[in-house]
Amino acid sequence: MFWNEEIETMPRQDLEELQLKKLQATVKRAFDKIPYYNKRYSEAEVFPEDIETLKDIEKLPFITKDDLRESYPFGLFAVDIKEIKELHSSSGTTGKPVVSGYTEKDLDTWAETTARGLTMMGIGEDDIIQNTHGYGMFTGGFGVHYGSHKIGAAIIPISTGQTRRQIEIMSDFGATGLIFTPSYGIHIGEVALEDGIDPKDLGIKAIGFGAEGWTEEIRQRVEELFGCKAYNIYGLTELMGPGVGVECEAQEGLHIAEDIYYPEIIDPNTGKTLGADTPGELVLTNIEREGMPVIRFRTKDLTKLTYEKCSCGRTHARMSRITGRSDDMIKVKGVAIFPSQIEKALLKVGDVEPHYMIIVTRPGTLDEIEVKVEASKDIFFDGVKEMMGIQQKIAKSIENETGIRVKVTLVEPKTLPRFEGKAKRVIDERNLH
Amino acid sequence: MKIKQLSIFLQNRMGSLSKPLEILSDADVNIRAMCMADTSEFGILRLVVDDPVKGKEALEKNNFLVKITDIIGVEMNDTPGGLTTVLKIIRDNEIDLEYLYAFSHEKEGKAILLLHSDNIDKLISALKENGIVIVPSDEVYNL
Repeated sequence: MFWNEEIETMPRQDLEELQLKKLQATVKRAFDKIPYYNKRYSEAEVFPEDIETLKDIEKLPFITKDDLRESYPFGLFAVDIKEIKELHSSSGTTGKPVVSGYTEKDLDTWAETTARGLTMMGIGEDDIIQNTHGYGMFTGGFGVHYGSHKIGAAIIPISTGQTRRQIEIMSDFGATGLIFTPSYGIHIGEVALEDGIDPKDLGIKAIGFGAEGWTEEIRQRVEELFGCKAYNIYGLTELMGPGVGVECEAQEGLHIAEDIYYPEIIDPNTGKTLGADTPGELVLTNIEREGMPVIRFRTKDLTKLTYEKCSCGRTHARMSRITGRSDDMIKVKGVAIFPSQIEKALLKVGDVEPHYMIIVTRPGTLDEIEVKVEASKDIFFDGVKEMMGIQQKIAKSIENETGIRVKVTLVEPKTLPRFEGKAKRVIDERNLH
Repeated sequence: MKIKQLSIFLQNRMGSLSKPLEILSDADVNIRAMCMADTSEFGILRLVVDDPVKGKEALEKNNFLVKITDIIGVEMNDTPGGLTTVLKIIRDNEIDLEYLYAFSHEKEGKAILLLHSDNIDKLISALKENGIVIVPSDEVYNL
């Protein structure tokens, strides 16, 4: 089933011609309308007319999350605010948030990408979708919502939480499609089983999940619990939201909507573009965006691309599951955490920055995060009560900084590993790779 | 009069106790009394040794986190009720005792009780007023 068969199955040569045209137009608009690009490109001595082939995109400098942050809030908009219909933003846990602005046409483009994705998953106008992604500044909720409207399905905008109510609604309303993060999905399934309801009997046809790392084992567990297929959805607020890439029934990688997003894979250390089927950092460019065209955005997500035609008939490139990050960011319970936040939290407790390590595990189905902190003179007292107090103080400080509850363990001095150069602060034992 | 006790931070894991004790033994520091306060994750090892300064240096050289804490030692009768007498005085004076441990004295029929309170001076005067013998620190170090 296709939502937009002509585009989705377009021969690659035609697709690339279309991409080039759109890329040239995007670069020209960005250069003319957005001072940031004008300045950056002029400094790099690269101009819109230098883009003669798709490969010429490599002449353009990258844009990073920091650049987007510096343009907070509306510095990268290419249109007047009166053209903007909706504003979203990333969580902003690492400083100023990144704002994304959408014109009427952008909202339609966004809906087009998620409509294609939902159709790939086998969801159509007869279906009822229960969307447990949060509705708000986070793009997860609305992205799916607009796509659902486009395909004519009925959407239940329930958001996350209240698990027992979720199950009740699912059963009473007869939901046939579910959208959740893998760990929350497994949680829902397990709570249902505890209450004597077999999730397989709910009649779910397809599940879409994203917003956090997962493995094939996790997918299998979700599929076994609900008795249907589960598909990966990829996206990021900086570019638009969910729908950048979605899996089809073949489940062999996520189809990137290539007429809307131009993907590249680079070596995160050198910035050099890598070929197909080579793992590296994903770089994305909006080639169909009015409000805020983002050109060569470094996602920091590690993956690889294949351009082989898929068994489903689609010709658009497929990215494999995200296998990690090129920076130290970790996603816990769907929330992005950076070691710098933990550092900030620790500095608020003692005067000296202690040596620490973040360990992420998933003992059951939910993520747990432990922060090991080397005890120092600053935070050592001859009393168990005081030491427990210190642990709690650190945990509270981290929770204030990240919004995530963590377990804090004090360890002996010099017992955590030391690294030459850049310290490795995160050990992810969830085995998501 | 106050005894310099070594408080050492340890993780609660197998074998964590033996390393500091080996270091002290290599440094020729003799342990007089010890006690351990522990939680499921960490512990505080409290030691009275014959040479606290030397002991602290040796441990710190090996990356241990060590604090010197003032405690006092009192003499009590090594008979039933000996401890109760001392504790009653402390309670009657409304002194909050953080921890205590005891070991037997070489003196026949006597034991030494080691005490720590955040208000150690008040503790000393209350015990003295009630005729309790505070053991000089040298006597404890060199038992």
